[in-house]
Amino acid sequence: MPTRDYAGRTVRTNEEGFLVDAHEWTREVGEAIAREAGVWPLTDAHWKVIDFCRADAEREGASPGLRRIAKTSGVDMKALYQLFPKGPGKLAARIAGLPKPQGCV
Amino acid sequence: MSTQTLEPEVAAAPQPAANAPEPITRVSIICSKGTLDMAYPGLVLANAARMSGIEATLFFTFWGLDLVTEKTVDRLHVSTVGNPSMPFPTMLGGLPGMEALASSMMKKEIAKLEIPTIREMLKDLSDAGAHLYACRMAMDMFHRTKADLVPEVEDVISAMDFYDKSAGAQIIFI
Repeated sequence: MPTRDYAGRTVRTNEEGFLVDAHEWTREVGEAIAREAGVWPLTDAHWKVIDFCRADAEREGASPGLRRIAKTSGVDMKALYQLFPKGPGKLAARIAGLPKPQGCV
Repeated sequence: MSTQTLEPEVAAAPQPAANAPEPITRVSIICSKGTLDMAYPGLVLANAARMSGIEATLFFTFWGLDLVTEKTVDRLHVSTVGNPSMPFPTMLGGLPGMEALASSMMKKEIAKLEIPTIREMLKDLSDAGAHLYACRMAMDMFHRTKADLVPEVEDVISAMDFYDKSAGAQIIFI
């Protein structure tokens, strides 16, 4: 299993760069992943999404799909695409240290 | 954390293997069917593309126009006749009410899974920056004007326009 060094921490990831264990994530790790993914700088709106994703995944046991994020995080669909123009479906979860969402919507 | 501690991570970004296939960057999806079951595949694929950062263009033609027509978008049906996947003999599929029954059953399943309705999906796609177009020839055939369509449709275009807008895209026909 590949490991990657983010902000001085060694974390385990899969081939696509998603953390294997969400508990290895810190905010600094999230920032380093965001920077690597070209989502930079992270604004309060980004953090609102990231914090929502982590809290929701903790509750539900799975990464939230984009539609769920848009409907319940307080950040709507248009804004999500402005925050993560390279693909909010995958990037929000990856930066939040969660697995790639399984849902299609 | 300081910028300094973050600098090395940029260099550590994963590089695709030299022989890795080129990732898809654009898709153009032709939606030519007007049944509920054939409406979702194109819209879901377009939405998945946008969620992955892939540009998406949708072209609605022939019966696919029903997906973006105000009067029909909320009334799409599953086809029970000529659909060999239906769990009853084809003859029964033609009985009055069968299509409505099958459609309402599918809509219930869709709602249960929190899958958006077709109308909601069109809104999401538009918000996501996907481009929606209606086919001019089909519009003329069915005597529809742009005013008959949902607002998410940007324009009514020809097949040649469609190719121009699809430069560099993978084309999917549904």
